[in-house]
Amino acid sequence: MWAFINKLRSPKWFYSISAKLQPWFWAAAALLLLVGTVWGLAFAPADYQQGNSFRIIYVHVPAAFLAQSIFVSMAISGLVFMVWKIKVADMAATVMAPLGAAMTFVALFSGAVWGVPTWGTWWMWDARLTSMLILLFLYLGVIALRGAFNSRDSGSRAASVLAMVGVINIPIIKYSVDWWYTLHQPASFTITGRSAMPMEMWAPLLIMVLGFYCFFIALTLMRTRSEILRRETNKRWVQELVEEVR
Amino acid sequence: MSMHAPSGGLMVAVSATFKRDLTLLLRRRGEVLNPLVFFALVITLFPIGISPDPQLLAEIAPGLLWVAALLAALLSLDSLFRSDYDDGSLEQLLLAPQPLAALSLAKVAVHWLLTGLPLALMAPILGIMLALPAGSYLILALSLALGTASLSLIGAIGAALTVGLARGGVLLSLLVLPLYIPVLIFGAGAVQAAILGDGIAAHIAILGALLAISLMLAPWAIAASLRISING
Repeated sequence: MWAFINKLRSPKWFYSISAKLQPWFWAAAALLLLVGTVWGLAFAPADYQQGNSFRIIYVHVPAAFLAQSIFVSMAISGLVFMVWKIKVADMAATVMAPLGAAMTFVALFSGAVWGVPTWGTWWMWDARLTSMLILLFLYLGVIALRGAFNSRDSGSRAASVLAMVGVINIPIIKYSVDWWYTLHQPASFTITGRSAMPMEMWAPLLIMVLGFYCFFIALTLMRTRSEILRRETNKRWVQELVEEVR
Repeated sequence: MSMHAPSGGLMVAVSATFKRDLTLLLRRRGEVLNPLVFFALVITLFPIGISPDPQLLAEIAPGLLWVAALLAALLSLDSLFRSDYDDGSLEQLLLAPQPLAALSLAKVAVHWLLTGLPLALMAPILGIMLALPAGSYLILALSLALGTASLSLIGAIGAALTVGLARGGVLLSLLVLPLYIPVLIFGAGAVQAAILGDGIAAHIAILGALLAISLMLAPWAIAASLRISING
């Protein structure tokens, strides 16, 4: 256990192991996204109420899943960084934040586009839309706080604390927004037929979700590797690496 | 351990911090009064900007009062640790043998006593000006008193994170406002429920629960954040 944690401490070890893992995740992501997209857009049956517009679900739901998962993984990375002082964890948290914010934006944007045919409006203070919007603000706060410090180490630790505070608050925010929404619920609209999704619609969605996750892991590995190179520029192993490439 | 053993235990240190902060703030009356004036001013803007119609105002008054009080509390946060950071007494707090979490809790308590509580007491007067329906005044003050305590605790985390930064003011609100939303929902909800004649027990209970969670967890986050800001 301790040997493993000590290995994790070394960015060099992470750099070499991620080089081996990365192609597999890229391949899996490409395959799953391709299959899921073609199946979802071309072969899945149209919704009996929403017609073809429901196909936005194949982007919307995976993005919304990732938006929440990335915040949790960012907070876990922050915890690992604060407790064991593993720098790689902080590098991963650094590169995850913009990715998570982007996914939150994609979920919000696809939700808005989806809102036009279903609700007849771009924006609605729906419980889920609202908590997603708050999540976006939480992401932007973490990114802004990290950038505000002159010393990188302070910025990293501050962002870690904020991510952990945020992750405790996310369920509280989510449930209070749900409650708020049920109190203020507008009278005339219901989303029906969403709960019992037929298998032909559900299977491509699952594939898309898995594809998004593989894409996220692959991209995080890749960006963490470049972050390692950026921060360890002066280390001998990085310079040797550069010599090899030359 | 140390050459001069600290006289007295945790309670002595906490009450000393509390008294010191209270004295300091009471001597800078402007800092105590400014959020209250800000609160009154913002409330004045709404009838001018929206409509002086009492019926319309009464409908939106609970939310307006809560949002304005929340912003006033937010405005006062930046000074929570600022002067202690500037004159070095924050470092002395960090060096104290007593846990920093408990000492920062004393500082937050003073902040609430001189910001949150006065805001809560003042809100009913502004409520009259917004034609807030009768029967909700007590709940307004109660929900604000309970809610601003959570706001002070959560906000202190943000204040501690940004105290080392030269221009942390806007960043502070960016960090803290999303975390304020649950308190706002149940605080304004309590007043709304009181107007409608619904039961308010659930809202007040949840505000209390939010305060309990904040009381339990926020001091640790504040202490960790202060350590980061001092070392950075």
